[in-house]
Amino acid sequence: MNFIKILDILSDDKLLKEKSSRRDSFQQFKNVGKNVALASIPFALAATSSKTKAATLAMGFGNKMASNEDVLKFALTLEYLEREFYQLGLDSGVIPSEDETVFSTISRHEDAHVDFLLAALGLQDGDLKPEFDFTGAPGGLNLDPFNDYPTFMALAQGFEDTGVRAYKGQAGALANDDTLLTYALQIHSVEARHAAQVRRMRGEKGWITRSQNTLPSAFAPIYGGETPESNLVQGGVNLSGLFGSVGGDDAVTEAFDEPLTMNEVLAIGGIFIVS
Amino acid sequence: MIMKNKIEKEFPTTQNDRRRFLKLSGAALVGTGLFFMTGCSDDDEVMTLETPPDQFDLGGGNLGILNYAYALEQLEAAFYTKVIQGSYYAGAPSREKTLFKDIYNHEVIHRDFFKTAISAAVDQSMVLPDLEFDFSSVDFSSRDAVLGLSQVLEDTGVRAYNGAGQLIDVSNAAGQTYLLLAGKIVSVEARHASAIRDLINPGSMDFAGDDILIGLGGTAPAFDQAAAPKTVLNEVIATGFLKTEFTAFNLPNF
Repeated sequence: MNFIKILDILSDDKLLKEKSSRRDSFQQFKNVGKNVALASIPFALAATSSKTKAATLAMGFGNKMASNEDVLKFALTLEYLEREFYQLGLDSGVIPSEDETVFSTISRHEDAHVDFLLAALGLQDGDLKPEFDFTGAPGGLNLDPFNDYPTFMALAQGFEDTGVRAYKGQAGALANDDTLLTYALQIHSVEARHAAQVRRMRGEKGWITRSQNTLPSAFAPIYGGETPESNLVQGGVNLSGLFGSVGGDDAVTEAFDEPLTMNEVLAIGGIFIVS
Repeated sequence: MIMKNKIEKEFPTTQNDRRRFLKLSGAALVGTGLFFMTGCSDDDEVMTLETPPDQFDLGGGNLGILNYAYALEQLEAAFYTKVIQGSYYAGAPSREKTLFKDIYNHEVIHRDFFKTAISAAVDQSMVLPDLEFDFSSVDFSSRDAVLGLSQVLEDTGVRAYNGAGQLIDVSNAAGQTYLLLAGKIVSVEARHASAIRDLINPGSMDFAGDDILIGLGGTAPAFDQAAAPKTVLNEVIATGFLKTEFTAFNLPNF
């Protein structure tokens, strides 16, 4: 993608003055307030039966541009994974008391994200929930996160950084619906807050330098992918070497988080999904 | 909140007036906090809004959103430039120094990236000029002052990008690129916000605290906010930091 070319399009006067029509849909949803019952979230999509879990989960995930419903189901899978991980972690006693506030906070947020996505999809708790195995056995690993705190922390970082990249990767697919796009962005940045916190507790920076990380090597894909975190090209322009006085290429990669595709995320999640 | 939205009071307050206002105009923005909102009366007449000839207007559509983001990044970069020149930074523990130098680096990169990107696209007359700021009200020797204001700026950045996403016209490839770029930047702003909040109150829930998060449709607070450009720009005006006058009559809004 050539940046200058893209920007040429932008310089076309007509496009500059064109107003987005997507805004219209926002009006009817803007009144969604704190007091509205979850079940009445007005943008709830036509709910599909939860009986066909496997089939539905597989549906659409291979496509480049998934439907809004597919994206929400994809997000639900991730949020279910995070919710169960933190619940089991808090129940296990693996978390030292000084870190309990942080992880119970994150856990509450993941609960709410699941609640929200279920309401949006018109589903019940448990619908479409995969069976998770946090030993990583489905991916050939043998981890013990609920007895070994460093492993728990490493997985928490991995899940949060993956979550950030996963939501980012679906922004384009949700762009046809202002409301859903905005809700997804509102979750996306909270995952980033979580990620920074866990990273800093583990002694890493809150932001991602190139594709560097201190996770087990099996989790390299969390920072890799089609557009790896080490990416230096933004909007078609190679920024390498342009910012020597402000941290250089390391800082450039830190300044921009990168997306993962749905398939890339599912491959990572698959390490912990039995079925 | 350090940024009190004083200007907000001057806007029409009833729901209908408000909607009409949002429909008819963007915010007029000048460093003094003065608005060119004359003629905003009871009737439904379209207000005549003109940018004074010596002032810059952010523009409409995606250009307006890019200039808007560029303005916010200029503010952040200018602020952190002062931070790393200040005496709090000079005497800070090395972990805090590294953190602020990193954030400074990121914000300068964001600022310069927007300048390059917009400049490559449109005539220089349509690129937001270099803005002047006055941070004389900020005590850069005070850790509390620096951290407190950093927190507000980063949280504001998150709300601003979250709100701008839906305003980007993605009907062409450029718009899709801008939406993704906004996504790439907003999560870094959120990482900054989280780190600064945890510096202020280590080990607490504040990195993603209930003071900043909201619930959606009845859930517990677990979602960042999304703010309209008008709201954000009014908050920026209210700080008094911004010295260069510009208008935002043509920004898409919600």
